[in-house]
Amino acid sequence: MDFLDYAFMQRALLAAVLVGITAPAVGIYLVQRRQALMGDGIGHVAMTGVGLGFLLSWSPVWMATAVSVLGAVLMELIRWYGRTRGDIALAMLFYGGMAGGVMFINLAPTGSNANLNSYLFGSLSTVSESDVTAICVLAAFVVLVTLGLRRQLFAVSQDEEFARVTGLPVRALNLLTAVTAAVTVTVAMRVVGLLLVSALMVVPVAAAQQLSRSFAATFAIAVAIGITVTIGGTVTSYYQDVPPGATIVLLTIAAFIALTALAAPLARRRARALAAAQPAGDPAECAIPATRAADHGVDV
Amino acid sequence: MDTKGEPVISLRGVRAELGSRPVLRGIDLTVHRGEVVALLGANGSGKSTAVRSVIGQVPVTDGRIELFGTDRRRFRDWRRVGYVPQRTTASGGVPATVTEIVSSGRLSRTRFGILRKADHEAVRHALELVGMADRAKDSVNALSGGQHQRVLIARALAAEPELLIMDEPMAGVDLASQEVLARTLREQVALGATVLLVLHELGPLEPLIDRAVVLRDGCVTHDGPPPHAVGQHALPGHDHVHPHAPAGAEPIRTGLLS
Repeated sequence: MDFLDYAFMQRALLAAVLVGITAPAVGIYLVQRRQALMGDGIGHVAMTGVGLGFLLSWSPVWMATAVSVLGAVLMELIRWYGRTRGDIALAMLFYGGMAGGVMFINLAPTGSNANLNSYLFGSLSTVSESDVTAICVLAAFVVLVTLGLRRQLFAVSQDEEFARVTGLPVRALNLLTAVTAAVTVTVAMRVVGLLLVSALMVVPVAAAQQLSRSFAATFAIAVAIGITVTIGGTVTSYYQDVPPGATIVLLTIAAFIALTALAAPLARRRARALAAAQPAGDPAECAIPATRAADHGVDV
Repeated sequence: MDTKGEPVISLRGVRAELGSRPVLRGIDLTVHRGEVVALLGANGSGKSTAVRSVIGQVPVTDGRIELFGTDRRRFRDWRRVGYVPQRTTASGGVPATVTEIVSSGRLSRTRFGILRKADHEAVRHALELVGMADRAKDSVNALSGGQHQRVLIARALAAEPELLIMDEPMAGVDLASQEVLARTLREQVALGATVLLVLHELGPLEPLIDRAVVLRDGCVTHDGPPPHAVGQHALPGHDHVHPHAPAGAEPIRTGLLS
């Protein structure tokens, strides 16, 4: 455990663990809403923020937060208003964000593509004291939202229409989800990089689903996987001199494959138990012929 | 028959468009306290749009909607309304248990989404009403279509609403679930619930229904006792004559039976 003696490793591990908690915690709502790739989109937009940070010599982390929050809100509004051309608008936002990032960083006096690379793919060992402070503050916000409002966010992500009839402020909650996702992207940016952020949001949730039947269990298992792989990846990169971001993502995918292999026999057994528990004469979906027959009587 | 109780739902001259196509062309609909009203009509007649305009899901271009005597846009007392959406085959991207789904129906009665003992009991009670208490911990993905529908109804009942709005609750529901559903509804009506149902046909719910409103091309073409497809009514081309229509008025061609 000699790696704990180094300050840079302490910072790296702290940042990594916070990412391991926050990314799946937000990701689960995105997956539930079937917007698994939203994190990826926000990551692209955040590049413009990083570029602007270098250009204006402000903190790239805070600048990226501001720009990606703006981008996420914009995406949510496009989803809201633009019905048919929504996907094109989103695509333009993504690529515009990416191109903007490359452009700004090249215009910046201190910027270079090497700098950009550390944001694209993460650079754990260069996480500074002020980065850690920013990550802690942002992570606290994410945890507060995703845990504190879990019932509301669950309801909205599960069935938006029903949620509105329970009187929930659906639009505000959607915007909050988008903002929280954007904040998570910038939390994770220094650890796994903007291009790999989405993997940590989605893959632990997908892996956890292999074992769980409930939302609560999926949440807990996904966060546990997130913490495990971020610590595992960080420590591995210390000993093996491999890029931590890529290591973490590959470990996550390995976890997904392992859990899927493990879960297949489990699911089979569960299905058998369920079939055994059902009464033998339980009618299947047999109402369709009856419905058709009655249609002729009443319908136009 | 319009003097049963105060109006719970009231639509006056409501118009709505989807895209630029008019779907509702000025419909009037009143549901009084304690009434069970079925909204009938063919696909595309606007019946789903009508109920969705009541709950604010469809923007209304003209007319007035009131819930419990309050303008719909200013209505905030959603705990009084239980809504059962048309069942979609797509469930969320993350597994969820029956209890988790039904609990979200209780949110209208909680502060900040914190469930207390009474809330957990209401959820359990709602599950008992639809006969799904034994499946409380199962994933909804493991349920049949009919069971899934019962869960959605339990979710609406969890808030102990006074008004139930259901969009095609019987669509694709197996016979066993249809019976459970009819029984549940009967119990709710006996307890004084007001119900607005969108139905494709009256089916097993027929004995419960006080009044049927038939929509055609976004207009109300019938508002009165539920149409029966028996005897002379079943003859082709039969026109329904409103009992209280002005003398000499053109009989309303419901098109129901032709």
